[in-house]
Amino acid sequence: MSTEAHVDGNVLGGMLMEMFGAEMTDRRGCCGDCGAINTMGSMHVYVDAPGDVMRCPDCSAVLLVLTRIEPVVRVNLARLAWVEMTAD
Amino acid sequence: MVGTAVPRRLTWLLAEVVETIDETATARSIVLHCPGWSGHLAGQHVDVRLTAEDGYQAQRSYSIATPLDSENVTITVELVDDGEVSPYLIEELRVGDRIEVRGPIGGYFVWEPDLGGPLQLIGGGSGAVPLMAMVRARVGAGSDTPVRYLGSARSVDRILYREELERLGGEIEGLSVLQTLTREHPEGWTGLTRRVDVAMLEAHAYAADEDPLCFVCGPTPFVEAVATALVALGHAAERVKTERFGPTGG
Repeated sequence: MSTEAHVDGNVLGGMLMEMFGAEMTDRRGCCGDCGAINTMGSMHVYVDAPGDVMRCPDCSAVLLVLTRIEPVVRVNLARLAWVEMTAD
Repeated sequence: MVGTAVPRRLTWLLAEVVETIDETATARSIVLHCPGWSGHLAGQHVDVRLTAEDGYQAQRSYSIATPLDSENVTITVELVDDGEVSPYLIEELRVGDRIEVRGPIGGYFVWEPDLGGPLQLIGGGSGAVPLMAMVRARVGAGSDTPVRYLGSARSVDRILYREELERLGGEIEGLSVLQTLTREHPEGWTGLTRRVDVAMLEAHAYAADEDPLCFVCGPTPFVEAVATALVALGHAAERVKTERFGPTGG
């Protein structure tokens, strides 16, 4: 488990909405490493890195990385196996 | 409810500052008039984007402090030492200035009167902001949902919305307000004086068998400790909603 200061996935709600075109913080996503399923809003997010890094709260695998080198925003979906577009 | 799958384009709106309110020495509320605002629920947040003259942009997420009020959106910003955005919003921004906002954002940490209660709100530091939106929404709607608000702050001068909460706690049937101070307290302080722990929750929060809906917001260590304590006291994990933010990036 990571012990550095993290916030939760809600902080990326705006970016996720931009990417998926819908409110995503209450949608479930699956870690491609350990298979844990959590809502996107409850994933761990580290905003002190050069980009915003979303990690699995169960195994710390990197699920998604967002980097901004103006004017380009790059999204690396890393180990995010899947994400649901509808709330369960 | 916000949990619909209808795609909604999230666009930046140009908002005008119509009022600023100094809440504490280190926190300020900013009332933004956002033409085209689509509405929001208590607990949701907005992204704020600032653009410097050279085109450099910085973006942050802030909780909304008020329930829906036409096209006005109020955020409360806590100063983050060495922050990039919060010092500007607190010290430089003036009435009449324009900044970009987009939202509302968030489908999980939200409350509306139809969700009922009883409602247990527990906030650490500026985690009070989305909880205040819930208190104001409950009062504004004339809802009879019982609410207990437990706020934690370092010292009395850091308590957000202190006067309003005290007043509402005294006036509104079914709303109780309690504050705890973790570092220092003035002489004669009648509130609590330690970090939120199991014993405090046992004594002052709704018991698990009252099946409250709990909202916990604050810095990550605070939220982890409170949520763990609530679950240890028998609260169902799905009735404990959390939002964590950090002292980083502000």
